Amino acid sequence: MSDPVVKKFMYINRRAPYGTIYAVEGLEVVLIGAAFEQDVCMAFVDDGVYQLKKNQDTSELEIKNFSPAYRALGDYDVNRLYVERESLEARGLGAEDLMELTYEDEDDDWAEKPSVKIVDREELANLIAEQDVILNF
Amino acid sequence: MTLEVSGKTYETDEEGYLADLGDWSKEIAEYMAKEDDCDLTENHWEVINFLREYYEEYQIAPAVRVLTKAIGRKLGKDKGNSKYLYELFPYGPAKQACKYAGLPKPTGCV
Amino acid sequence: MLHTVNKSPFEKNSLETCLRLAKPGNDILLIEDAVYAAMDGTSVADTVSTAVENFKIYVLGPDLASRGIGQNELIKGIEVVDYDGFVRLAAENNTVQSWL
Repeated sequence: MSDPVVKKFMYINRRAPYGTIYAVEGLEVVLIGAAFEQDVCMAFVDDGVYQLKKNQDTSELEIKNFSPAYRALGDYDVNRLYVERESLEARGLGAEDLMELTYEDEDDDWAEKPSVKIVDREELANLIAEQDVILNF
Repeated sequence: MTLEVSGKTYETDEEGYLADLGDWSKEIAEYMAKEDDCDLTENHWEVINFLREYYEEYQIAPAVRVLTKAIGRKLGKDKGNSKYLYELFPYGPAKQACKYAGLPKPTGCV
Repeated sequence: MLHTVNKSPFEKNSLETCLRLAKPGNDILLIEDAVYAAMDGTSVADTVSTAVENFKIYVLGPDLASRGIGQNELIKGIEVVDYDGFVRLAAENNTVQSWL
């Protein structure tokens, strides 16, 4: 078999969780897509930043709290979660309001490293520009 | 579909996965395994219990690649490989073991 | 890169976010309800006029026509394309990003 082609994939999330199914469906697609061993990252923009808010508790809504699944992304080799600073600030949020997500770096003796990176719009624009495939949720 | 174990009826999906993971018991796991002609050994339980813990923590059933890697880290390299896991669960480690563990079918499994 | 936007700027922030995150010189194509953003005299017209200086902005003719928007009602510098033009833009750009 020839070497598989590895493309740069970015999943852009712009919707809040729970109000619509975009967020949970998007996360599911990322988890499924991870099986194809591509170079995958996620971006959280606009209301999408609410997906990473800590302390989500859906017990009274009787729907599944899927926020713990973001912590499994590292197991799926999805280690780069970019959050746009402008979107956070517009919502009065900062890094301390987000879940602490980490991955274990196989190439660095399984050292635990943060997955979430807050980037400003220019950095994010550069990241978007370098992708081969972008999927939106 | 439903499943009947010791006189009690449990709801399942069309492939026999428990509809409500709160219904799960060891007895149900053993019953499901027997239906597949599979005797659950210590080694099987190690994987089933691991999956239940994983689901408890992350709310998802891990894909087989993730399961293999995680088992390897937790139980050692001789168990964290697909040969070992497929010997235990010939219908597919994630698929079959998740069923016995009362979890939904892993995301991405067809 | 080609960015497409398909939501009205008065309903969703898709266009605003697109303009924030696109790189100068990128192509932006307004389709479906986003064609309202191409009209002059709206509350977003200033933003779009400024964007025309940084990006190449296109609007899909059939979507304008179906909404009764004439070419004389558009912000200066926006180019109207037909379906062939849409296909050409998609083919010329390696990546298409749809702001939904």
